[in-house]
Amino acid sequence: MSTPTVNDAVRLGLSADEYRQIVAHLGRPPNPTELGVFSAMWNEHCSYKSSRRWLRTLPTSGDQVIHGPGENAGVVDVGDGWAVVFKMESHNHPSFIEPYQGAATGVGGILRDVFTMGARPVAILNSLRFGDPDHAKTRHLVGGVVGGIGGYGNCMGIPTVGGECAFDPGYNGNILVNAMAVGLVRRDQIFLANAGQPGNPVLYVGARTGRDGIHGASMASAGFSDGAEARRPTVQIGDPFMEKLLLEACLELMATGVVIGIQDMGAAGLTSSSVEMAARAEVGIRLDLERVPVRDAGMTPLELMLSESQERMLMTLRPGAEADAAAVFQKWGLDAVVIGAVTDTGRLELAMHGAAVADLPIGPLAEGLVYERPTTPLPSSKPAPVPDRKATIDTLLALIGSPNLASRRWIWEQYDHGVMGDTITPPGSDAAVVRIHGTDRALALTADCTPRYCEADPRLGAIQAIAESYRNLSAAGSRPLAVTDCLNFGSPEDPVVMGTFKAAVEGLSEACCALGLPIVSGNVSFYNETDNCPIPPTPQVGTVGLIEDVGRTGRMAPSPGTSILLVGNAEGHLSCSLYAREIHGLTGGAPPPVDLDAERRHGEWVREQISGGRADACHDISDGGLAVALAEMCIAAGTGASVRPPDEKLSPACFYFGEDQARYLLAAQSEQVDGLLRAAAEDAIPVRTLGRFGGRKLQLASLGSVAVDTLRRRHAGWFPSYMNGNTGGTG
Amino acid sequence: MKAVVVVFPGSNCDRDVAVALARCAGCAPTLVWHGATSLPVCDLVVLPGGFSYGDYLRAGAIAAHSPIMRSVRQAAARGVAVLGICNGFQILTETGLLPGALVRNAGLRFVCRPVDLRVEGDSPFLAGFTPGERIRFPVAHMEGNYQADPETLAGLEAEGRIVLRYVDANGGVTEAANPNGSVAGIAGITSASRRIFGLMPHPERVIGDELGGSDGRRFFAAVADALA
Repeated sequence: MSTPTVNDAVRLGLSADEYRQIVAHLGRPPNPTELGVFSAMWNEHCSYKSSRRWLRTLPTSGDQVIHGPGENAGVVDVGDGWAVVFKMESHNHPSFIEPYQGAATGVGGILRDVFTMGARPVAILNSLRFGDPDHAKTRHLVGGVVGGIGGYGNCMGIPTVGGECAFDPGYNGNILVNAMAVGLVRRDQIFLANAGQPGNPVLYVGARTGRDGIHGASMASAGFSDGAEARRPTVQIGDPFMEKLLLEACLELMATGVVIGIQDMGAAGLTSSSVEMAARAEVGIRLDLERVPVRDAGMTPLELMLSESQERMLMTLRPGAEADAAAVFQKWGLDAVVIGAVTDTGRLELAMHGAAVADLPIGPLAEGLVYERPTTPLPSSKPAPVPDRKATIDTLLALIGSPNLASRRWIWEQYDHGVMGDTITPPGSDAAVVRIHGTDRALALTADCTPRYCEADPRLGAIQAIAESYRNLSAAGSRPLAVTDCLNFGSPEDPVVMGTFKAAVEGLSEACCALGLPIVSGNVSFYNETDNCPIPPTPQVGTVGLIEDVGRTGRMAPSPGTSILLVGNAEGHLSCSLYAREIHGLTGGAPPPVDLDAERRHGEWVREQISGGRADACHDISDGGLAVALAEMCIAAGTGASVRPPDEKLSPACFYFGEDQARYLLAAQSEQVDGLLRAAAEDAIPVRTLGRFGGRKLQLASLGSVAVDTLRRRHAGWFPSYMNGNTGGTG
Repeated sequence: MKAVVVVFPGSNCDRDVAVALARCAGCAPTLVWHGATSLPVCDLVVLPGGFSYGDYLRAGAIAAHSPIMRSVRQAAARGVAVLGICNGFQILTETGLLPGALVRNAGLRFVCRPVDLRVEGDSPFLAGFTPGERIRFPVAHMEGNYQADPETLAGLEAEGRIVLRYVDANGGVTEAANPNGSVAGIAGITSASRRIFGLMPHPERVIGDELGGSDGRRFFAAVADALA
């Protein structure tokens, strides 16, 4: 093989300057295998070279944090010796090319990130962004992605309990599939991706290695142009049955105490797992590549190193424990082969049949690069005028049946959300609630991001994403603990995109600091663009809260006869609202301002009422405003409501459809109302009564009334009708 | 009652049903690995839900040939009660312990939702309910569409072996109430001896109101009484 040139490096996605740095690190030009390994570690997906400078500014610490960013997933204390392990990750590029397998392997990958830490996964969430419903590809993509997520999680026997799905033309050429996995582990049984001492054997376990997914991480580090389908061979194929066996075998072996370190083979496969495990222990690693179990004959060293075949793990063992490990994996019918050893050289040494094929320093490979990309400052967003006359009850019906508010039941009925027997609140509420098995405590889980806010103002959009997740968790009666983020953007080489990235990170920081929420894990997905047209900035967040007494979980469905209380102020902010977009076709304009101090105080107050048993039901107010929140509560309970706005200065459109933040609807038994209002006055929380739940109609003064059955049909109708090909995006 | 839960590679409701038996029937079952060649002495064998062998070939097809199933067949022949839930029901039809087949849902999609069921006949497994009673368990499956030839169906009907059907809020067997296209709304059937019971819905998931229902608690409590 001839020595590669700078042109070969550029073809692998490296820059000429990066090639020169590699030569400097080696003191010689790399051979083709070495160059391939560098290109895999130094691409954007693995190295975070454009984002790292900004990620360092995020708040990541707190008393509850056991492990923050830098491990496979974040780990947070939830009491009684338990810790929750969670992370969100993107699988956008593969899912656009091959939706079923792309989404399925996205779930598989994030589950491995959780159980590689010794945790048993207990919940999956996902956040999906599709293009315009009327775009030719959208229906096919929705069907494939939902099928793939369900196909993987259902077979694994891990409930998919929540998430969100939005449609926006900005995602026509690049959909987003972000999956979040949540696991539980005993605090003293957490495993890290650290190779340990020289002499430890390196064990390869799980599926065999094939040629699938080679250069997958590189694909995720470049934009699309026409002909993206030609990249289908870079998409991995998932086998959830294999992963189920791998999960059980890994947890069984971990319990024996022979495992030193473990990391899943995700992006850049054997390369990233071996390099990162060695780097964390500041050691070297030697691999004899002919020992790697393969399913294709004649694979080259580089193919073995870059394959992204799924359902594989790399672990280091206590010396002498090889036979114990082999016995466990044999029981589960899995390959487990010692393919190398930890060394004291600080180098990645690769051999094939005894011949050296690569010898690289671990440090520069793992540390990668840090770029200070140019950023274009963003203009500040200004509220756009929105017509607020002529709102009627039909406005509500149009909103609740629109693609972005219609029921997602069509999606989540394809997910097994009840397996494991601890799902307290299934999909369809503010937050999913999953009991910690065998205890009276529970986790509340939510995934949030409002794309139209982020497009109009990335900083404010990011703040609002955190605020909304804080509200969703509070409405479930849980104390918000920590966040995982998944930052989806266009090319970091575009200063405008990088400006939106910087603004979003600043927004996340500001909101998380104000609300006491550390960001403990995350993922950055750049190059979500087609023909140089980037997606709207999408800083997706997944947030975890803790409920101390599962019997005091906040629920969305009110009892008939309860009073309706509004927590928070109605300012009538319609700019950038769903009302502006769906009813008047107006996009842009400043999103609603977020008062983080009010968010914190209102959230704390609401949680106190729920845990004190004074709230019958609770729901956060977000997309579509108060009327939509009220309609959702009515639909959930199958009961009507009657509301009279106490505030005459706002127009009905502003009052009912304004998207002012820091607000909740609370249902309370009438004997509780006086006490609640008194408590609110003492705590300086704005709380007002609006009316009462009951009857079969939702009656909104100055807007009109509608039967709850009609509301339910409109809410339930759009998704199945659309997927059957009967309806377009306009309903 | 002594119970055994068989664990196949890919089973994923084994823990759930073990918890339900312990909590509702006061009987912590023994878990038996699929590779075992004998069963402990017991009154009940449970084949749990999940994706045994990844549903490769057909759901339940490979599990039907795993080593433990020879012992399960022998136990069933001796009159030991056998309960197959979801994938367990699929395994029972694949082994021939129950007639018919479970094919892909009519909607061609996985379906996870609570369903209303009408209790019929005189199965010891449903001793906790009165015939005609409407109960609610969730389903979660891709292949739950029960089909059988006309003679088999006529036999099942005549012998009163169709013991659970999908029904609507008025108790009617309707297309809208049927989550998977099963013929005659069939959700569960028994053997002629009444000692073998297969059902697609998951009673082990509704064993407390915090989980959305308690009909499963009544189910397991009564199974323990009837089979002890």
